[in-house]
Amino acid sequence: MLKGLNIALKDLKIESRAREIFISMVVFSLLILIIFSIAFSDLLSSASKTATVASGVLWICFIFAGTLGLNRTFATEVQNSCMDALKMCPIPRNSIYLSKVIFVFLLMLLVEIITIPMFSVLFNYQFTAIIWVGIVILLGSFGFVVVGCLISALVIRARAGEMLLPVLLLPLSLPVIIPAVSATSGLLRGEDIFSLMSYIRLLVVYDFVFFAVSMLVFEYVVED
Amino acid sequence: MLVVAFWAIFFYLPVMKDSAGNVLDSSFNIFYFHMPIAIVAYLAFFVVFVSSILYLRESDSKWDMVSLSAAEVGVIFAFLVLATGSIWAKAIWGWYWVWEPRLTTSLVLFLVYVGYLMLRTALDDPLKRARLSAVFGIVAFVSVPLSFLSIRIWRSAHPLMFGGSLYGQEGGGLEGSSLLLVLLLNMLAFVMSFISLTSFKYQNEKLGRELEMAKGR
Repeated sequence: MLKGLNIALKDLKIESRAREIFISMVVFSLLILIIFSIAFSDLLSSASKTATVASGVLWICFIFAGTLGLNRTFATEVQNSCMDALKMCPIPRNSIYLSKVIFVFLLMLLVEIITIPMFSVLFNYQFTAIIWVGIVILLGSFGFVVVGCLISALVIRARAGEMLLPVLLLPLSLPVIIPAVSATSGLLRGEDIFSLMSYIRLLVVYDFVFFAVSMLVFEYVVED
Repeated sequence: MLVVAFWAIFFYLPVMKDSAGNVLDSSFNIFYFHMPIAIVAYLAFFVVFVSSILYLRESDSKWDMVSLSAAEVGVIFAFLVLATGSIWAKAIWGWYWVWEPRLTTSLVLFLVYVGYLMLRTALDDPLKRARLSAVFGIVAFVSVPLSFLSIRIWRSAHPLMFGGSLYGQEGGGLEGSSLLLVLLLNMLAFVMSFISLTSFKYQNEKLGRELEMAKGR
């Protein structure tokens, strides 16, 4: 666990110097926002209409930006065969996976922290129940990253891996994305959190299930 | 096995049409395809799941071939579920497709396993392919219970088949023993055809690999 944190710190340090993944994730996410704000420009006058599209727009931004980040996570390790060095380290293989989950999760959170205010600005929208929305977004992105890191490690060995990642990842992470999107849109429409508990329960269950399964199978992915 | 299954399909299908046509609207006939096919698709993906676990445990290429065969047959059956479902939906609901949870998850299930087959074609090294696709097969199976449970978790326009009320809006339901018998016969026929198709594909794959080995020598 602690060793996983160490690797994640290493990744963060590299990222804080080069900033190549983070910048492109943020810019990509903002570009999607801008395209949506142009496409939905008719709706912007009414707050209730914006509320209905808000959760969809936000989640598309997060997921696309997240996919972009996931594409690069293992690519950096493969470049100078750093992966082999990591595998030689006297640490459980799981902690490599754990480190990547922490790393991408933090990146996604940063992107979300920037995207949400930008959404507010571009769509002229006042967020309600921001704490619960935040919790739902946290849970949803965690589940997405958990599946994403595993698939990212899988496809890095395949031909045209970058093409394959979204095709494999999006349907697979749907059990997390559907309740996350539904709960977010419910909250933004002003529904009570307790009426949305079934979504949140589903979200938590799938976070755990995916995390447990990925931790179990990850060592087979990197084994050579 | 193949002979038995095909005999079952060709022999039992007329029986089904006779007995069902007397009682219900003719569009209900497709139910005898739809439900067994759906069950068989789940069964196929369960086989992929189990044989993937067994492969990771034992590293025996036999299990890899089993999961490949089951996945291919499963994808075909999953497609047939969608196809028969939409034909039936057109007759009863008036649309081929509605975006509601059960249908969406079935579609996703189909796409996940299409992804599984795509992953296999993208990996060149056989050992790596076997191992990585086994990992994907295990993770992918997590989406199957979602599809199965979605009907209970979300309110859905798709009728509930087990427990609760049976399909009753046409005044039918599964109470009639002859209907149940035909349904079971069809279930049996489809399961048998699944087994035979899978074992056929398995033999095919095995022969193919032996040929590759012989060529390499």
